[in-house]
Amino acid sequence: MADNVKPRVKAPKKAAAGEIIVLKTLISHAMESGQRKDSDGNKIPRSIINRFTCDINGKNAVDVTLEAAISTNPYFEFSAKIEEASELKFTWYDDDGSVYEDSKSVAIG
Amino acid sequence: MEFSRRETLALGLGAAALTMLPMRVMAAADDAIAAFTGGADMSDAGVTLDAPEIAENGNTVPVSVSAPGAVSILVLAAGNPTPGVAQFNFGEASGEQSASTRIRLAGTQDVIAIAKMADGSFAKASSTVKVTIGGCGG
Repeated sequence: MADNVKPRVKAPKKAAAGEIIVLKTLISHAMESGQRKDSDGNKIPRSIINRFTCDINGKNAVDVTLEAAISTNPYFEFSAKIEEASELKFTWYDDDGSVYEDSKSVAIG
Repeated sequence: MEFSRRETLALGLGAAALTMLPMRVMAAADDAIAAFTGGADMSDAGVTLDAPEIAENGNTVPVSVSAPGAVSILVLAAGNPTPGVAQFNFGEASGEQSASTRIRLAGTQDVIAIAKMADGSFAKASSTVKVTIGGCGG
């Protein structure tokens, strides 16, 4: 596992039924592109997060395939439709096989 | 300094190879587009791509894409060493089919967004971003 990987998610606590909410996610990760060289001229191997998903009550909202051109500390902003009190699950998949997770709950009201 | 016939020929070949180089990069982006669309025609309307005109730092360029009714959006940077940036697939719980993120750009180039609509058609948008400092190290 890469060091100091910390996912952060910003989601509203409440939403009206049928409302479209905006979700913002940020995860600290170096996203080493595999293009850079170290001081000895050797290529630094690629190490990135290659996939991010968000599920709402088990239904997929967004599934992103990331390439090396995504910046350090990948940030995503997207929207989701809330029909009922929901459990939001966010998952990041690292090149090295690690999986980082975070979850939020949104109430109706 | 005098050039022999052979040296002149080699110089000419070198210059030709140099001009071919950007063409090859573009071809990689075209391959990625073809793999996504299967060679289908793309309309110009239906997808919007928001990117800054000038980015001072190529390491984090904020871009956002939006395509109402899309099932997935592919984002490409034609002038990067590898043209792929991200592919957003929208599921049944998605609200508006839009997303924002921050990307790396190696230099001044076109950023391309291609949306695949629910009916199987494709739409394309592109935007030129001027980059002052490239974002690929080196």
